[in-house]
Amino acid sequence: MKDAPSGQVVGVDVGGTFTDLVVLDQVDGTVRLAKVPSTMENQAFGVLAALDEAKADYSNLDLIIHGTTTTTNAVLERKFSKTGLITTQGFRDVLELGRRTRPQAYGMTGTFTPVIPRDLRLEVLERMDAAGDVVTPLDEAGVRTAAKDLLAMGCESVVIHFLHAYANPDHEKRAAEIVSSVWPNDHVTVGHALLSESREFERGVTAAVNASVQPLLGRYLRRLTDELSGQGYGGEVLVMNGNGGMVSAKDVAREAAKTVMSGPASGVMAAAYTGRQAGITNLLTYDMGGTSTDVALILGAEPAVSNEIEVEYAMPIHVPMVDVRTVGAGGGSIARVNAGGLLEVGPASAGAHPGPICYGRGGNLPTISDANLLLGRLNPAGFKSLDASSATDHVADIFASELAAPLGLDVTAAAAAVIRIANTKMAGAIRMVSLSLGMDPRDFALFAFGGAGPLHAVSLAREMGVPRVVIPCRPGITNALGCVVADLRHDFVNTVNRSLESVDMDQIHGIFVAQNGEGERLIAKEPVEVMDVKHLYSVDMQFVGQTHLLRVNLPDSNPSRESLRHLFEEAYFNRFRVQLANIHANLVNVNTSVIGQRAEMNLSTLIDPEGRKDTVADAETGRRTVVFNDGPHETPVYWRDYLPINMEIDGPAIIEQMDCTTLVEPGDKARGDADGNIIIGVGGL
Amino acid sequence: MATLLLEWEGFEMKLDPITLSVIQSGLQQVCDEMDLSFSRAAFSPVIAEANDRSDGIYAANDGSLIAQGAQGLPVFVGTMQYSTRTLIQMINEGRAPAPKPDDIYIVNDPYLGGTHLMDVRFARPFYRNGEIFCWLSNTGHWPDTGGSVPGGFSASATAVEQEGLRLPPVRLFKEGEMDEEIFSIISSNIRVADQRIGDVKAQAAALMVGEDRLNLLMDRYGDETVIAAIAELRLRASTQMRAFISEIPDGTYPSTAYVDSDGVVNKPLKINLAITKVGDELTFDFDGSSPPCMGPMNSVLATTLSSVYLAMRHIFPEVPISAGAFEPLNVIRPEGTFLDAVYPRPVSGCAAEVSQRIAEAVFAALAKALPDRVTAAPAGTSGNFALGGYDPARARDYVMYQISGGGYGGNADHDGLANGCSTIGISKAPPVEIMEQAFPVLYRKYALREGSGGAGEKRGGFGLEYEVELRRGEARASFVMDHGRFGPQGALGGAEGAPNQVTVWQDGEPYIPQHLSKEQDIPLGPGDRVHVCTPGGGGYGDPLARDPEAVLEDVQLERYTIVQAQEMFGVVISGSPMAVDASETARLRVKGVTQCTAS
Repeated sequence: MKDAPSGQVVGVDVGGTFTDLVVLDQVDGTVRLAKVPSTMENQAFGVLAALDEAKADYSNLDLIIHGTTTTTNAVLERKFSKTGLITTQGFRDVLELGRRTRPQAYGMTGTFTPVIPRDLRLEVLERMDAAGDVVTPLDEAGVRTAAKDLLAMGCESVVIHFLHAYANPDHEKRAAEIVSSVWPNDHVTVGHALLSESREFERGVTAAVNASVQPLLGRYLRRLTDELSGQGYGGEVLVMNGNGGMVSAKDVAREAAKTVMSGPASGVMAAAYTGRQAGITNLLTYDMGGTSTDVALILGAEPAVSNEIEVEYAMPIHVPMVDVRTVGAGGGSIARVNAGGLLEVGPASAGAHPGPICYGRGGNLPTISDANLLLGRLNPAGFKSLDASSATDHVADIFASELAAPLGLDVTAAAAAVIRIANTKMAGAIRMVSLSLGMDPRDFALFAFGGAGPLHAVSLAREMGVPRVVIPCRPGITNALGCVVADLRHDFVNTVNRSLESVDMDQIHGIFVAQNGEGERLIAKEPVEVMDVKHLYSVDMQFVGQTHLLRVNLPDSNPSRESLRHLFEEAYFNRFRVQLANIHANLVNVNTSVIGQRAEMNLSTLIDPEGRKDTVADAETGRRTVVFNDGPHETPVYWRDYLPINMEIDGPAIIEQMDCTTLVEPGDKARGDADGNIIIGVGGL
Repeated sequence: MATLLLEWEGFEMKLDPITLSVIQSGLQQVCDEMDLSFSRAAFSPVIAEANDRSDGIYAANDGSLIAQGAQGLPVFVGTMQYSTRTLIQMINEGRAPAPKPDDIYIVNDPYLGGTHLMDVRFARPFYRNGEIFCWLSNTGHWPDTGGSVPGGFSASATAVEQEGLRLPPVRLFKEGEMDEEIFSIISSNIRVADQRIGDVKAQAAALMVGEDRLNLLMDRYGDETVIAAIAELRLRASTQMRAFISEIPDGTYPSTAYVDSDGVVNKPLKINLAITKVGDELTFDFDGSSPPCMGPMNSVLATTLSSVYLAMRHIFPEVPISAGAFEPLNVIRPEGTFLDAVYPRPVSGCAAEVSQRIAEAVFAALAKALPDRVTAAPAGTSGNFALGGYDPARARDYVMYQISGGGYGGNADHDGLANGCSTIGISKAPPVEIMEQAFPVLYRKYALREGSGGAGEKRGGFGLEYEVELRRGEARASFVMDHGRFGPQGALGGAEGAPNQVTVWQDGEPYIPQHLSKEQDIPLGPGDRVHVCTPGGGGYGDPLARDPEAVLEDVQLERYTIVQAQEMFGVVISGSPMAVDASETARLRVKGVTQCTAS
C-alpha cells in the first residue's frame, strides 16, 4: 500500500451506447462528469474524448479505473480471436454438445454456435479418473503436435482442457509447459487454473471464453495505456472485474473471462457503496436502459455474487461475478395486441436501432419509451433530434392504429396500459430474482438507475410491496461512479463436498486461513490506497441427497461443527419453511472474499452544491399534465440540480436532470438525504 | 364417437383488457413461484435439477386448467387438469374422502388422469369465504415408487403392479398435519425412502406458497374481478388458438409414427393419426393405431391428450397455457388402442417415449399445413440407460441413470440443433465428471454422432455417441429408448435422421438387444462396455436444394464424410483445401438423389 494520493481519480465506463466518466478530485472533493458516444471499433478513442470533455489534466491524474464491454461484446457477438482446444481423447465435442438443452421450453427450434469450432478442437491421449488417478498417461508428443497444428491453422490462443483436471491438474500443467514452449505468445489458458470445479462443459466453456477474448482485451488495454501515456498520463490503469473488484490492466487479460460482466458489476458496486453511505444496506438494484433491464440483490451492503452465471443460452461462465440478471429489454420493448386481443409488452425490442418511435431513427413500433412520452412522463423537448410537437403527434398516430383501435381505448389509455403491463411484468421478474436468491423483496429498498430506471421505480416498488426507492445523484452514470468507488476484491472457492459429520474442522479452518492469506497478498500488491481490509466468510451447504446449494454466511472464520449445522438449518428454515431434523447436511464449498476498502468519497458533490437553490419552489422549471394510474394530474417539474439538498416534495412530481427523469407518483413523498440521493417513500411512508 | 371437450359455465362480466393482462401475469406469477419453491427445496435430482415437475391452478368445478408454471415439464401441460378433474369427480361421487381446508391429497394412479406411477400428484383445495374456489395441484417425478426395478422403468413389465406402489387419492395432509400412518405405508414400499420426506415437504410447501400468493392476488383485485378474468382469459386463449388454426387450409392431414416395440413383444406399435381442420378447430383421430400392448409402452388417456397439447404448444408457443388453448383441439378418444390404456396395462413408457411419438405424429401431419412453424421430427426419445450393480470399492449397491439427447429436426429457417433435450422434457443431462464421481464407470467417448443428421435443405441436428465402461464389480444394463427401428422422420422431402443404436460389449463380443432400443438386465462385468448412438433429427426439404457451401462446411468440420456429402446431398467435394466441384455437383443433382446413392 502506498501513500495517500494527491491527485484525481477517474472512473470510466464504456457502455454499448455511451462512454461515461467521473473525475473525482480527492483533495478538494470536486467532481467533473462527461458522457460521450462510445467508439466501438476502438473504445480508447471514446475514453480519450470523455477525458477531454471533462477537461482532465493528465499530469494530475492519479488513477484511472475502467469498466469495459470489450469482452462482453465479443461474447455476445461471437467476435472471438481464433482459438484452439487441446482436450482428452473422446471428448472434443463437449463444447458443442452442451448439456442436452434447447433455448426455450416450447418450440423445437433454435441454434447454437460453440465458442471454438470443431476443426480447431484436437484430442490427445490422456485420462484421469474422478479420484485424480491416471488411467492413461499423457501423450506428450501428441500435445506438441496438436499445438503446432493449431498454430499452423492460425490460432492466436489455445485452451488446454482435460477431464477431471480439477481432481488432479498434473496432465494439464505438463501440457501447458509443452504448449508454452512452442506457442509464440502467452495466450495459453489452462482449464483448472481458472475454475477448479467438476462439470466439464461449464469449466470448458469458461476456459474457452477466456482464451477467445484474452487477445482482444490485451490488445485493447495496450492501445489504451499507450494512448494515455502519449497524453502524459503516468499513473495506473485498473480494470473492473465482474466480481466488483479491480485488477491491474497489466494482469487482467490473463483471466479475461472475469471481465465479461464488468459494466453491470460496477453499477451494482456503486449502488452498494451509495446504500452503505446512506445507511440503507439491503437493496434491489434496478438498472433500466434503452436496451436492457438488469437486476441484482445487495444484502448488508454486499452484492450477491454467483459462480454460475450463464451470460446467454448455453454460455456458462463459472467464475465469481456479481449476480446480475437481465429481466427485460428496457425502454425499447415493443407493445402489440396479440391474436387473442390481449396487449403484450416485449419480449421483442426495438433495441437501440431503430429504437423507439420517439428517437426519430426510423422506429415505427410502439415501445415503453413512446408510452412514457405520450403520458407526459418524458419531456418531448428532451428528444433533441426531433421537433417536439410533431414527434408526439407521430407517436400518437402509431399508438392509435397499432394499439388503441384494436383494444377499443383512446390513445392515452393505451399508453397507460402499456406502462401498467410493462411494470407488472418487470415487478414479477424482479420478484422472481429476489425469491430465487431466497429473499423477500419487501425487505429491500429499490435502487433505481440507468436512463429509465427512476421513471418506473416507484410503480414497481408499489407492485412488489417495496417500501422505499433510492434514486442516486447521477442515475445515468452509475457504472462510471462504481469504478471510482470500487474496492479491491478477491473471491476464493474451495470445494470440500463431505458430510458435515465427517468433515475435518481443522481442515476447514485451514482453508479459510489460506484463502485469507492469498487475498491479502494480492491486495498488498496493487498500487492503490486501502483504508481497511474486510473478510467475508461463507459456506455452501445442502442436505445429503440434494443438488441445490444454500449459502450460509458466517460471522468469522472459526466456526464449530455445531454452529455450521445450526446456521444451515436456520437458513434453510427461513428459506423454505421446512425443518428436516433427521437428514444430515453436506458441506460443499468453503468461500472467502477479501476486500480492500478504499477511502470514502463524498457523494453529495456529484451534484454541484453551488448550483442548488434555497427552496423547492425555486427549483421548479414548469408544469405539465402527466397521466398517472389514477388519471391526469397537473404536475410540477423540477430540475434536480436546483433542488435543495434536504428537500421534501409530495407527489405528484417530475424531477428532471441531464440524463434521467424521476417520477414521483401522487401520494408518495420524496426527500433528499445528506449525500444528495432522493429517497421516495412509497405510499407516503 | 365421444369427443372430449371440457365444459365451462361462462361468466357474463366484462373486464377492461388491461386488468385482464395484469391478472394474467399475476396468475402466471403464482404458478412460477410454486415451481421455483418446489425445485429449490426438493431432494430428488429429477425434480431439483431436471425440473421434472409442474405446478398449476385448476377450476373448482371441473379441474380445467387456469394457469400453469412456465418452467413446468412440458408433458404435464395437459395431464394435471385431468388428474384434478378425476379427483373432483371421485369426491363428488363419494369415492374419495371429502376435502377440508389445509388438506392435501396424494395420488399417483396412472388411470386417474396421470402418466406413470413415478409422477406423484398433490392437490390442495383453495378456499375463499368457506368455499372451494379452485385447486392448487402439482406433480413431481419421484426417483422411485417401488416395483420390480429401481426407478420404475421396467422394460418388461406386463402389469401395473410390477411397476410400483399405486396410490388412489388419499389425504396425506389432513387439515395441515401430515398423516404419519399413510406416509409410513408409502415409505415402506419405496427405495431410498429416507429422503422422500424432504420431497413430500417440498411438494406440499410449494402449494402453500401458491395459496399465499393467490390470496394476495384476490385480495388486491377482488374475487369477482379475478373470477371474471379467469373466464375471459380462457376465452382469449381459445380465440388466439383458433386464429392460428384458421390459417391452416381446410382438409385432412394424415401421418404415422412407430414405437419400436413394447419391450415384451418384438414388433412395432403404430400410431395412425388423421388431423382434420374445419373452420377454426382441429380434430385428432387415432383410429387404426395398434391395440393395447403387453409391455409398458401403453399410454393412458390423459398422457395421450397431453402429448397432443404439448405438440401444439411447440408449434404455437405464443398461446398461453390454459384450458382455453385446448378447446379448439378435439381428440377423439382412441378406445381399443394402446393410446387409451386401462387397468392393469403397464404404462411406465408412456410419459417418456410414447408421448414423444404422438408428438412426432402431430408434427408429421402438420408439416405440410404449417411449413414455416413445424420442424422435421426430433430425436424424440429420452434415451434412458440404467446401470444397476454393486461397487466393491465402496461396498454398496447403486443405480445409475444416463439420459441423453439427440438431434432436432431441420426447419424452415435453420438446421436442427445437436443433442437437444427430449420433446417432452426440459432437463439437462448429467456431466460425465459427475457420473464418474458417483459410479464405477469410465466414459471412453462422449461425442457428436457424425453423419447422423437427416439430409435436407435444412439438415437434421446430430445425435450423441457415447461409450461407457464398467470398471469394477458386476452390473446389469437396462435400456428404455426408441427410434431404433426407424429414424426420426424427415419433412417436405427431407430424409430420416439416423436411428438409435445400442451395442453392449461383453468380454469383447458385441451384443445388440433384440428389441434394438429396449432390454432389461443385460449382465456386465469389469471391462465390458455400453455403446450408444442416439438418433439424428429428420431433414427438412429437398437435400439436393441444400447450399453446397453449407455441405462443404459440414464436411470440413467432419460432421459428414466426403462420401456422405455426395450420397446424401449430391454435392461433390474434392481438392486440398477442400472445395465444392460445382460442375460435378450440378451433374449429380440433375440425376436426383437415388442415382447419387447408386453412383
